[in-house]
Amino acid sequence: MTLSQQALARAATNENSGANDTILEIRGLKTYFFLERGVVKAVDGVDVAVGRRKTLGVVGESGCGKSVTFRSVMRLIQSPPGKIVEGEILLHRKDGATVDIVKLDPRSRQLRDIRGAEIAMIFQEPMTSLNPLHPVGRQISESVLLHQNMSRPAAMERAEEMLNRVHIADPDRRVSEYPHQLSGGMRQRVMIALALSCNPSILIADEPTTALDVTVQAQILDLMRELQDDFDSAIVLITHNLGVVSQMADHVAVMYMGRVVEYAPVYDIFHRPKHPYTIGLLNSVPVLGRKENNRLVPITGMVPSPMDDIRGCAFAERCPEAMQICWEQSPEFKEHEPGHSAACWLHD
Amino acid sequence: MIGYIARRVGVSIAVVLGIALVSFIVIQLPPGDYADGYKSFLIEQGGATESEAEAQAELFRQRYGLDKPLPLQFLVWIRDMVTKGSFGFSFAYKRDVGELIAERFPRTLLLAVLAHLTSTVVGIVVGILVAPRQYSLADNLAAFAAFVLSALPRFWIALAIMFFLVFTLEQEHVTAFHSPQFVVVPWAFGSLEEISRTWAKLLDLLQHIWPVVVIAGLGGVARNMRVMRGNMLDELNAQYVTTARSKGLTEGQVMRRHAVPNALHPIIMYQGTSLPYMLQGELQASIVMGLPTIGTLLLTSLRNEDIYISASCLLIYGVLLVAGNLIADIALVVLDPRVRFS
Repeated sequence: MTLSQQALARAATNENSGANDTILEIRGLKTYFFLERGVVKAVDGVDVAVGRRKTLGVVGESGCGKSVTFRSVMRLIQSPPGKIVEGEILLHRKDGATVDIVKLDPRSRQLRDIRGAEIAMIFQEPMTSLNPLHPVGRQISESVLLHQNMSRPAAMERAEEMLNRVHIADPDRRVSEYPHQLSGGMRQRVMIALALSCNPSILIADEPTTALDVTVQAQILDLMRELQDDFDSAIVLITHNLGVVSQMADHVAVMYMGRVVEYAPVYDIFHRPKHPYTIGLLNSVPVLGRKENNRLVPITGMVPSPMDDIRGCAFAERCPEAMQICWEQSPEFKEHEPGHSAACWLHD
Repeated sequence: MIGYIARRVGVSIAVVLGIALVSFIVIQLPPGDYADGYKSFLIEQGGATESEAEAQAELFRQRYGLDKPLPLQFLVWIRDMVTKGSFGFSFAYKRDVGELIAERFPRTLLLAVLAHLTSTVVGIVVGILVAPRQYSLADNLAAFAAFVLSALPRFWIALAIMFFLVFTLEQEHVTAFHSPQFVVVPWAFGSLEEISRTWAKLLDLLQHIWPVVVIAGLGGVARNMRVMRGNMLDELNAQYVTTARSKGLTEGQVMRRHAVPNALHPIIMYQGTSLPYMLQGELQASIVMGLPTIGTLLLTSLRNEDIYISASCLLIYGVLLVAGNLIADIALVVLDPRVRFS
């Protein structure tokens, strides 16, 4: 199955699911790092929304700000040097209220109630994301005890149940084992169990399969999809693997140099991409069975330094279709077709 | 785990025997022996002639077995240690070395443990506190203070404290473990009166030893603090700490439950090597403050080639080093599952 066919199949299942409201809206988010050698504008005006029970794929090359954007949502940016300088992150909470996460104190009770219970996160490195000194069951129950009114034994039982839900064999034995006794895939399953143990409404997965080998990758993705249905969570899938996005995502945000340059339903991204960067990304993915003379087309040039002050469009110098205006003015990120936004002068 | 500890104990015993041999050999390396010193003493102070003095020295050597071949001397030393619990005879003090050491060891250990606790606790606590505030004013001040304390010569600090005690606070008695009026008071708890006297004696003891504890202790703070700070910085940047934060734990819980236990690992390993170090750490301060400890005993014995004292002291340091490592190994097994299961 090619990427676009997968995207089509994914789009078809969406039609039936209904319920189109958003759970998380990021508006004009800017997260800068104030370093001695200059200001790094890691996230420089990101607008994106996550739909309830939907999966948002966030793609872009290393350093484009995709992780920083969603670490800002969790307020996990280390400060100093990092700081959210502008923007709003609106979370529609379980109790119906809407909070702007940017306005919360990172040490406040309110934010701690959101972390783990409403937004949970899993990371790229399953080898290091668990504490080596505690049994995995205790690490899961720690989160359960924090957010749910449960006794210690009940929380341990919950941990065991979660291990069972992520298809770890012998959960009653594994619950008291330490991370170094588990394989990489199993640790990532434990991380998923930990993240979902308090029924969060959003699961942020920061390159969850990058460090795993391919067969394990597929299992982990299957597991995430299965649990998304069971737990009614929205998933934010941060990755640079377009194949994963086409299998998993409902919507895709393509990021470049700290900004979202294109946002659309997954089908449109693969079939009617608008931004030359998105087109470049799609052209640089190998497709099984493609003719030999149909060579991969890389995107030329290098990513500019995020410390540079760029006039105009950040992609202009690598863009095959750059026009005069691209060098002078930065294009606005706006909706060109219903549900399909891009930041590119070509479509104005 | 029991098997692991048994293995470690077995290896330790072999290492101790090796240390005994090496300390005995090292002591024999300098030219001459105690009898040579005795001989020159007789010539200079007693007005004896060269040959008379030499004959006396020879008699002395025969009496204490110094004329026997070295391997035999070593075997006799070890044999007496194992069978009679005797560490040899001190020529200078004319007493059994074991007695001499036993007299000083508890007090030395008290000083050393107090100094060590000071340096470890202060170092670890300050390290934990400054790590999240890297390069802040507090961090720099703590580093500055710790380095100054470890760089200042200890005898100099001891003199300064002594000066302060005598001339500013006008404390009457600063050297030795006790003021003269308390030396004969027994450590007894029989009656209320005895308890109150014991209490007064304890306070007097603390009043005499605190400078040594503080000097030897604070000198070691720098190392513990910098090691702990570095470990904490590593751990605070580790992924699992981010995981812990993303669960919704408070910053205090993240530190206590996750970062600190992991950061303690290298400190505990280093504790194993610091037991003998802390015995020596009090040496300079003890000399200035006139406290009779093992350190001062070793120093005098080295000067007048009182070999059995020197060898026994070195052996004790060696045993403590091995014991310290053993304790650290066992502590790590308890703390770290990765060590426990491999």
